[in-house]
Amino acid sequence: MMTKHVMNEPIGETRLDRNTQGVIGKGVDRYEGKLKVSGKAPYAYEHLIGEDVAYGFVVVGPVGRARVTTIDVERALAEPRVLAVVTGDAIMRSSAQPMSPAGQTMDGEIFHYNQPVALVVAETFEAARSAARLVKVEYEAQDGRYEIESRRGSGRASDTGPMAADTERGDFEKAFAEAEVQFDQTYRTPSYHAAAMEPHASVAKWDGDRLTVWSSCQLLETNIQQIANGVGVEVSKVRLLSPYIGGGFGSKLGIGPDAVLAALGARETGRPVKLALTRQNVFQATSRRGETIQRVRIGLTKAGQITCIGHETETPNSEGEGFFEPSGISTNFLYPGKDRLVTHRVIASDVLMCSAVRAPGEATGMLATECALDELAEQFGIDPVAFRRMNEPEKDPQEDVPFSSRKLLDCIEEGAKRFGWADRPATPGSRREGEWLIGYGMASASRANSLMESSAEIAMSPEGRATVKTAMTDIGTGTYTILQQIAAEMLGLPLDHVDVLLGDTSLPESSGSGGSWGANSAGSSVYVAAEAMIKEFAKRLGVEADGLTLKDGHAIAHNRQIPFSEILKGETLTVTGKIEPGDTADKTNQASYGAHFAEVAVNATTGETRVRRLLMVGAAGRILNEKTATSQCYGGQIWGIGYALEEALVVDPRNGLIVNHDLAEYHVPVQADVPKLDVVLLEERDRYASPLAGKGIGELAIAGVGAAINNAIFNATGARIRCYPVTMDKLLPHLPDEVSAAA
Amino acid sequence: MRPFEYTRASDVAEAGRLTGRFIAGGTNLLDLMKLEVETPAKLVDITRLPLRDIEATDDGGLRIGALVSNSDLAADSRIRNDYEVLSRAVLAGASGQLRNKATTGGNLLQRTRCGYFYETSQPCNKRDPGSGCGAIGGFNRIHAILGVSEHCIATHPSDMAVAMRALDAKVETQKADGSTRILALDDFYRLPGDTPDVENALEAGELITGVRLPKPVSGSHRYRKVRDRASYAFALISVAAVVRMDGGTIADARLALGGMAPMPWRDTAVEKALIGQEPSMATFEKAADILLADAKGQGENDFKIPLARRTLKAVLADATKGA
Repeated sequence: MMTKHVMNEPIGETRLDRNTQGVIGKGVDRYEGKLKVSGKAPYAYEHLIGEDVAYGFVVVGPVGRARVTTIDVERALAEPRVLAVVTGDAIMRSSAQPMSPAGQTMDGEIFHYNQPVALVVAETFEAARSAARLVKVEYEAQDGRYEIESRRGSGRASDTGPMAADTERGDFEKAFAEAEVQFDQTYRTPSYHAAAMEPHASVAKWDGDRLTVWSSCQLLETNIQQIANGVGVEVSKVRLLSPYIGGGFGSKLGIGPDAVLAALGARETGRPVKLALTRQNVFQATSRRGETIQRVRIGLTKAGQITCIGHETETPNSEGEGFFEPSGISTNFLYPGKDRLVTHRVIASDVLMCSAVRAPGEATGMLATECALDELAEQFGIDPVAFRRMNEPEKDPQEDVPFSSRKLLDCIEEGAKRFGWADRPATPGSRREGEWLIGYGMASASRANSLMESSAEIAMSPEGRATVKTAMTDIGTGTYTILQQIAAEMLGLPLDHVDVLLGDTSLPESSGSGGSWGANSAGSSVYVAAEAMIKEFAKRLGVEADGLTLKDGHAIAHNRQIPFSEILKGETLTVTGKIEPGDTADKTNQASYGAHFAEVAVNATTGETRVRRLLMVGAAGRILNEKTATSQCYGGQIWGIGYALEEALVVDPRNGLIVNHDLAEYHVPVQADVPKLDVVLLEERDRYASPLAGKGIGELAIAGVGAAINNAIFNATGARIRCYPVTMDKLLPHLPDEVSAAA
Repeated sequence: MRPFEYTRASDVAEAGRLTGRFIAGGTNLLDLMKLEVETPAKLVDITRLPLRDIEATDDGGLRIGALVSNSDLAADSRIRNDYEVLSRAVLAGASGQLRNKATTGGNLLQRTRCGYFYETSQPCNKRDPGSGCGAIGGFNRIHAILGVSEHCIATHPSDMAVAMRALDAKVETQKADGSTRILALDDFYRLPGDTPDVENALEAGELITGVRLPKPVSGSHRYRKVRDRASYAFALISVAAVVRMDGGTIADARLALGGMAPMPWRDTAVEKALIGQEPSMATFEKAADILLADAKGQGENDFKIPLARRTLKAVLADATKGA
């Protein structure tokens, strides 16, 4: 029994609103938490323990751009315990682009430094690693393009990016030229890496012509196609499992090169093959976020009213890749202005491909625009909170449609109150505690919302236990838990009466995890399935579904209380629900909103910046689990510290080497960098967004937070740094000369 | 990682005769072996040797066994009370897990964090003599501004060794033939010159058995480490200082700096310029002038010159304050 719901109309009051079972929204512990902390939740690489597996190790091409002439495998093959060396054009040069049918293959070329070019398979990991060094890669080096700064203006508009390359309204150039006040600044963000804790890893096993792959993947439905195409078999012959995932952040939206390599290695050796990328491989052979150069132009009235806005981004990608970092994504609707221009240009590059990393677009774009807003507020002598209040659009200024819900100003006001914003140093560089300069900063947050097709099955056993099954993934976000909560709330079951099975392509097709759409999409499919089950219950009981109350495994109607076992009559009832996006996506502009507040201390001697506290107030529709939603926000705040102060993937412009390709030198925040974090989530229901009335939250917090920190640095020091990360070398020239602690 | 032979030394005399690469905590060597930056044919495990004690010496100092872990060293009450700068420096380094494994001898022998040293497809005179230097003209934000050569601009990454240099610590070794010697850190470390692969005076089979600290030096102990994040990051600049005041003048000053040279950097001319002087910004400036007279940036690391100046001045101001 399959039921479909197309989101063409806003949803009315639902069982989730009635909250009869009392579990939706509650910050309950993770469904799989105990398994994870006790080591019983196997990650991709941990499958097939005890079986006769072989181990792979990737051979890389140590040059920026080249044509491979020969790959000499003889010495490696002669090593003890080596089973095979896989070479050939099918080897993927990096991860596959999200939702693409297949990854880009090497085809005899090296497209970026330390690209995979072969795989050694051996009886042990150590033997494979050792032999990998003996594979001799001969090549003809070619000229490469390893930086974009010197080639500005050479980019092209891609029509296969994550959004339209250009969005225009009115005549921006004319409006800007005529504006009473003109603001024109350029901001730079470096390349970033997702740096998920679990490296990309795969285990592949053939049974005849059938292939089973355990891999760390976010979007199983397209990942299975990428594997099938990469290996050259029918999709129907492939089963992909990703039950537990140690972080993805976009880097596992497309398969890593490991999945196909493991399958090829397994086919060649006739043995299951395990392959985990090394940390160095992960940094150099999967995907990255491209650096950006962003020109922000804003025209205003003398009073500070924004009249026109322009945001032009230049960013790289490698040959054949249409993706671009969509830095202007939120500029399309966040602030007003009759005349608008948002463009993106991709500059061809011979560095690791660029792809989606957590909040593609907002994460980099708002580092620029929210800094620009702060600069303008300063220039006009208006408080940044008041400046945003003055510039709040009533509807989507680009598409001329209403916002489905928008609590941006509520978030800002609530945050200002809780943070003590009124206590902000009025003059930059005026508050000092010993050697430390203290500053406050704030920024808006927004993240576009989306709903994707997704389906789920619910099977209710004769005893009244439900099992939710969907090929959805939980990348650490809490998906298991919220799906359990939705099913339990809808069906009136205690939480421990609901099991959840995820991460297996033999289960109903799902949206997967990405773009903050997972909870809404997979969650709505569970909602739809549950509605179907309730209808069936009502039919069997001869009552209207609306009049049926479900609680603690009992149906209550007409003053009767009937246990589910009585309705099920000894048989399992199975229903499938499917959600599809519909007209509400076009009729409204849907986004989650928030506000970030930061207090920083900048050392007046050294320029070291330490974040003292962060507050985020967010509104993302219904919060399904307060604890996991808050955790997502903490994660975003911590990423913001990294983006503002520490992270930068450094490419040597002479040869294309990613120099800092491990976690010792690619700095992500450590515990000592992270102060007290506060997150407040406002009550909101977005009935256009999904049957759950929720919006995406996973990426909301990374939007804007780095700018809030940078704005706080300005408030602390008076130094405006437009090139991230804001490291001490950039701050030093702006710091006072004297040493305060002088005798 | 290449296959290697593994043996365990049962006593100090045997360790040297076993002619292999010594391994103790392995916090650096194993990483380098996995990347084949180092490819020893044989490892001699010295972790069972009786070198885990901190003992008083006849001259009123301490002898720290080469296998004393960084954690134990930093926590020792004699170190904390009498050699505070050393305890502070050790705790400023690495992470808790690493300090539990890393040893005193191993810490002295840490290899540089230069990205080109770690990437075996890149030229590096330290790793592969004669191949060139990738860092010169490359990404050299963390590199040295003093003591470099045209062949190598790498820094020594240790915090512990910087404090030891300020404390006039000496390295105690035993050679393969059983003879022993004691080397001042100044003589122990080598500047790169045209042999950046030679980082210290150790001969083949010569084992560090301990570090001797002279009797405690009174005064204000400071260790200030400037880095890109609050923990688990190598020093961009660090200053170890022991400064004693007498009335209104600086009676004694011992200063060593990290993150700026191929070895823990000490310049006695800087100390001479301070001793006998009243603390003032002018005096500190002069000391910084002497320290940085020959400093040269490579582009990305130019900021280390003003950073070293500012940090040194702040440390001196702090250490001489209220005396």
